[in-house]
Amino acid sequence: MLKIKNLVVAYGNIIALQGISLLVEEGELVTLIGSNGAGKTTCLKTISGLLKPISGSITYLGEDTARLLPHEIVKRGISQSPEGRHIFARLTVGENLMLGAIQRNDNIAIKADQEYVFTLFPILKERFNQVAGTLSGGEQQMLAIGRALMSHPRLLLLDEPSLGLAPILVQRIFASIQKVRAEGGTVLLVEQNARQALTIADRGYVLEAGRIILEATAEELRTNSEVEKAYLGG
Amino acid sequence: MSEFIPSSSPKARWTTAVALLVVSALFVFGINAYGKINPYLLRVIIVMGINIILVLSLNLSNGFTGVFSLGHVGFMAIGAYVSSILTLTLNTKALNLPDLPAWLAHVQMGFLPALLIAATLAAMIAFLIGIPLMRLSGHYVSIATLGFLVIVHIILINWTQFTRGARTFSGVLQYTNIWWVYLWILITIYIVWRIVNSPYGRALLAVRENEIAAYAIGVNVLRSRLLAFVVSAFLTAIGGGLLAHYLTSFSPASFYFTATFNIIIMLVVGGIGSINGSILGAVLVTLLSEILRNAELGITLGTIKIPPVYGLSQIILSIAFILIVIFRRKGLLGDSEIDWSGVFIKLIPKN
Amino acid sequence: MTFIEYLIQQTINALSLGSIYALVAIGLAMVFGILRLINFAHGDLMMVACYVAFFLISSGIGFGPVFILSILAVTLLGILMERVAYRPVRGAPDVIMLLTSLAVSIFIQNIFIMFLSPVPRSFRNITPSFLDIVNKWGAVGISNINIVTIVITAILFILLTLFVTKTRLGTSMRATSENLIAAQLIGVHIDRVILTAFAIGSAMAGIAGFLWAARLGKIDPLMGFIPLLKAFVAAVIGGFGSLGGAVIGAYVLGFAEIFLIGFLPPSLSSYRDAFVFVLLILVLLIRPNGILGSTEREKV
Repeated sequence: MLKIKNLVVAYGNIIALQGISLLVEEGELVTLIGSNGAGKTTCLKTISGLLKPISGSITYLGEDTARLLPHEIVKRGISQSPEGRHIFARLTVGENLMLGAIQRNDNIAIKADQEYVFTLFPILKERFNQVAGTLSGGEQQMLAIGRALMSHPRLLLLDEPSLGLAPILVQRIFASIQKVRAEGGTVLLVEQNARQALTIADRGYVLEAGRIILEATAEELRTNSEVEKAYLGG
Repeated sequence: MSEFIPSSSPKARWTTAVALLVVSALFVFGINAYGKINPYLLRVIIVMGINIILVLSLNLSNGFTGVFSLGHVGFMAIGAYVSSILTLTLNTKALNLPDLPAWLAHVQMGFLPALLIAATLAAMIAFLIGIPLMRLSGHYVSIATLGFLVIVHIILINWTQFTRGARTFSGVLQYTNIWWVYLWILITIYIVWRIVNSPYGRALLAVRENEIAAYAIGVNVLRSRLLAFVVSAFLTAIGGGLLAHYLTSFSPASFYFTATFNIIIMLVVGGIGSINGSILGAVLVTLLSEILRNAELGITLGTIKIPPVYGLSQIILSIAFILIVIFRRKGLLGDSEIDWSGVFIKLIPKN
Repeated sequence: MTFIEYLIQQTINALSLGSIYALVAIGLAMVFGILRLINFAHGDLMMVACYVAFFLISSGIGFGPVFILSILAVTLLGILMERVAYRPVRGAPDVIMLLTSLAVSIFIQNIFIMFLSPVPRSFRNITPSFLDIVNKWGAVGISNINIVTIVITAILFILLTLFVTKTRLGTSMRATSENLIAAQLIGVHIDRVILTAFAIGSAMAGIAGFLWAARLGKIDPLMGFIPLLKAFVAAVIGGFGSLGGAVIGAYVLGFAEIFLIGFLPPSLSSYRDAFVFVLLILVLLIRPNGILGSTEREKV
């Protein structure tokens, strides 16, 4: 579904991605792990069109999307819950969710999707009219994911959903991610919490200093001694 | 505001040398041809020199601390008006400023004391408004200083007792010559250099790059900024005084937006944060302005002489500015400077 | 004139003045909210609209079409400005954007000075004469221009509010000024939003220009400068970036100015504008985020 080939991305003079390649097949949950500053967020930003690569290609459903504008990429069915959540703090939960569907016209389906988000994250229904900025960290993360789901994406990008959250919340959110995947969604999950990520993923890539240094099934990565040492606190 | 890359590259040192050479050349040229020199050319050189002073002092605030002041021309105006009022002969005072209070109407002083008093006054005002202003950041300080400029302008126009209001302030003795200008350029370069290379200066650089980190390592952000602001106001006022005593007549309009934009253009062309750049920028833009102004001279409507409108030159300058900002944002010299690496290493505490 | 009558008179004047400031401030706030750009050239749009009208009127078409064409012209100019000068520096440090807009402003002003003279021209023969009629109500004189100003502004506010709350584009605009990254990620067409902000802001500035010129009776190439500065002050007072804030700030400023003229001793009345800017600096110091803004300081 998504094929990245030799992607090179830079911030000014600093090269963040030194030519990475990865693959996400439809229905998979792929995770991208690595330490801070490895380039994981850069990768997702580029897929979503917020950054333009210097070279390399991003092929989504057969189309090269590397040079498209962000809103065109959303239209094609890729949606992201970004690092730091970036919710609309001064708007309500309900308004945030509806904004996620801003490109859509099919009101009935939008309603249905909102109900689906409520089944994943019941707390959002409870807090429907509450101003988003007053939500707790975990709730805001749920809102961010919910909002991303409101565009009915075919590919969901998640950037560090566990960041700053208590373990029990992390469990809950990851359970929901699994549910999304189980319903047939495709997910590319970027995580610093490699342990959690590898429990729900099918396959994983390890990104270090802008390069993919390891690529394997989640099972293999979990049992890989180096990965254990470096990322799993083993 | 931009990535600071310390460079001890030969290029940086070379450009210092060039800058000094240029300045010296002006000096030598001045001595050699003094008296024989084409008065017009001399005029351009003197104005260029004053612009160097203005841009350097503006750079001290805008370039090195990131306090982007849009109101410095206000200090220039203070320098110009105060020093001029002080140096006017008693006769001229009686004629042009009949309503001056007695203590002022009977005072006439020399050039240097007048300059220094005016500049000190400007510095004190800068200190007073600076204390509250330095707490602001980014846009807000720029808008606030803009407000200052407007306030100064309004006061100049309305305080007719001291300023003749919007009318031309004339009769100023032409004290300024190439020597004075050269002297003050040297002083300015020296002061700016010393500050930037002092503990205060290193603090300034830290503050510009990352205010939060600066707080974290205990740099007194406010004090550093305030110092730079006050000193730059002092020097800018000197520049204003020098200009006033060269042109011998001016009005509040001379110290408003056109002047502000001209100085800023020089700053940006040369590169914010670069001493050499300021000199280069001042030289280039002054030359360009002169060339353009000559192109404008063709416009005289019969017997009516149009007062400085700067029509064409402003247009071209503003286009040039936009182009530079789009294509070469850091200006000609950007942050490249004279051997900063040495300074940077000293910045890291030894422990 | 009784005190009550005086109060009413001044209130209407203040509302009228505040309305013009509000129209200008809205455009400033809209663009700032999305791009963090302070558009110095915004005031010049007022001027351009008037000059376009000035030249069109001689061709014999009625005021109505002239008005519409002028506003259209200025809207296009605003969009052009964005495309040519501001888009290339999007994302640049704030200072660079500020300076670019300063350059654009100086460019426009000088083009007009160069091709027309800096001498003011009369606007009286352009604006319909019914505007000059003063309705007497006791000792209170309410001129039609004030009524028209207040009414037009009110109508525009209602339309704008409907736009930003009920339409997709308007909602996208609000989202974009809330959080640019989030807006991009939900699929907002950012370029279109920015274009719309400039278009609406420019049109409003153009209308404000007409109203301003109608009050003053004359136009000149630098006429937009003072209203721009005042609109700045208004936007800052109310909370820069927020539309509601800009409007509130504008009326606060309008009232402050009118009542300041009323209560300042005559010798100081010409310093009125200076007081306005002192007010600006005070607001920046005490409550930099304005009346509607939050009191958040940068979190470490």
